[in-house]
Amino acid sequence: MLPQVLSKEDFGPFVTRLMQQYRVAAPMAKGPDFAFEVLEGEEEAARVRMDYDITILPPKKFLLPTYEELLDFSGPQPGAAQPRVESQETVILGVHPYDLHAIATIDAAFMADPVDANYVARRKATRIIGMNIQQYANEHQFMADMGTVEPPDGVAEMMLTDIGDRYFVEGTTDAGEEMLSDCPFCRPAGPEDHRARQEYDAKKAQNFPKRLPYHVRYLPELLDASYDSLLWDAVARRCFSCGTCTNVCPTCYCFDVQDKLNLDATSGVRRRMWDSCQLEVFAEVAGGENFREHRASRLRHRMFRKGKYILERTGKPGCVGCGRCSKHCVAKISILETFQQIAGEAAEVSA
Amino acid sequence: MTQTLSETEVPRSPYLPRVGCLDEVEAFTEHEKYFRLSFEDGEGIDYKAGQFMEVSLFGIGEAPISICSAPGKRDDLEMCIRAVGDVTNALHELEAGATVGLRGPFGNGFDMDSVAGMDLLFVAGGLGLAPCRSFILDALNRRDKFNRVTILYGARSPKDLLYRDDLAEWEARDDCEFLMTVDRGDETWQGNTGVITTLFPKMRKVDPARTAAFIIGPPIMFKFAVLEALAMGLRKTNIHCSLERRMKCGLGKCGHCQIRNVYVCQEGPIFSYAEVMRLREGI
Repeated sequence: MLPQVLSKEDFGPFVTRLMQQYRVAAPMAKGPDFAFEVLEGEEEAARVRMDYDITILPPKKFLLPTYEELLDFSGPQPGAAQPRVESQETVILGVHPYDLHAIATIDAAFMADPVDANYVARRKATRIIGMNIQQYANEHQFMADMGTVEPPDGVAEMMLTDIGDRYFVEGTTDAGEEMLSDCPFCRPAGPEDHRARQEYDAKKAQNFPKRLPYHVRYLPELLDASYDSLLWDAVARRCFSCGTCTNVCPTCYCFDVQDKLNLDATSGVRRRMWDSCQLEVFAEVAGGENFREHRASRLRHRMFRKGKYILERTGKPGCVGCGRCSKHCVAKISILETFQQIAGEAAEVSA
Repeated sequence: MTQTLSETEVPRSPYLPRVGCLDEVEAFTEHEKYFRLSFEDGEGIDYKAGQFMEVSLFGIGEAPISICSAPGKRDDLEMCIRAVGDVTNALHELEAGATVGLRGPFGNGFDMDSVAGMDLLFVAGGLGLAPCRSFILDALNRRDKFNRVTILYGARSPKDLLYRDDLAEWEARDDCEFLMTVDRGDETWQGNTGVITTLFPKMRKVDPARTAAFIIGPPIMFKFAVLEALAMGLRKTNIHCSLERRMKCGLGKCGHCQIRNVYVCQEGPIFSYAEVMRLREGI
């Protein structure tokens, strides 16, 4: 299907039309920042900010909610449990390419055998409308190094590109093309639209310098070489183990499972909730032994997950270079800086 | 190989436990109890040595517990559980006839057929005897598949001994060598005293080239027992252990059991020492 064009004037009606069929989540202003929020009423369509630079939390919260009920139980007897696998037809609007890559990573993790029923149910019920970006949002980002400037195939149903008073719209999946052919607000792109898209790309090409001092293919091995480095102690000195980095990270998905009783102290739910390998008790076992007792080992573990382990296990990037962790870290620890600092490690260790 | 999203169907929830019935409960020590469980749906279970179950008590939670009975396709399974947290303390309150939730089996387990024809050396420390028993029973139940069998067991004190009936039986058998020790004896204790590594010089020499060792116990015991095994000349790939972690999901998703790039509930809990060495923070 050839590209379409959606004028910004028609964007509001485009959104309200989607709201008739789906729960719609879109980027909105939140104080000085932005956040993906569910639109509660048609009047909210005007608040959508497709021009946002980056959201505080990534859109993973719609696919892996902070709290998610797994089972209801009416009493302590094991036979009294009902599983919960829920989903709601949802459209997430305006997801940037790095967040699309991150969704592909979490998809791969949750679809690995044994398949996670809850995640897959939500994911299958979700349609994503992507939004291209033309420059870095801040000094913490390094998507060019991680290969996440361009969107991945098959994650978003369509990609929007801002070409002035209108969006250039490209359907990238069958479902996306179907949505577009149904759309009364889109018209086929003409020569000026194609030209504007090309100018967008030309400007974009200059705006994403690489920020790592080596090619990202060496990152896993450089991390390996740095395993025993004192760098980790040096960085972890500042860390509070607060877990903010994992909270805002689009590829973090570790969770805890806990039972929550109702007031009758008998019935309740078993639910999962976001957890963090940065918190002190994450690797603690019965009897009190803690296998990552030291902050440095926890911080190192996170960096290795992002730069190496997730890639090894899923084939998808563990870090998409979005910079959220660095931006929000209370102690101003930067994953980009840390990845830059390990460049020298291999040379020192082997010397 | 993972499928694409469109290829993947929404499966049943993997968090729903089966109903397990407590057929037998017996206190072994002040803190450890033996449980034998079967399944209300009558469908039994098929598991390998070294695998574990997630045991559920609704309203309290779920705990990963190693299976300690002989592996195979069977109607029931056994566990030896130490009361150390919310779930396990609540399990200790239960009597025969009670029901619990059971999910599993999880983990890679170990196929004892892969060491057929070899000399076997079992080194079990403390509660490590529970998972180790699964391996030991498999070997003893199919005794002629294996060459020499040596069992070393160490407990903290005579009061902490587990599976006394089994220990007596293993001592009595003439087709295996059984040695045991306690760290500290008491007035009536007649046997060996000292840490488990003191048993190594006492056992009959094994052929290191064809010996498979299974060393299961607390991290500190594991470290020293492995040193002894290596000193005897055993190959790193032939020394196996069980690395235990606080598995919450058993499905390789929640992340709590991660050791470096490995999920213990998926690629473990049974690892060779060669793998453990690579895992560094593993012990």
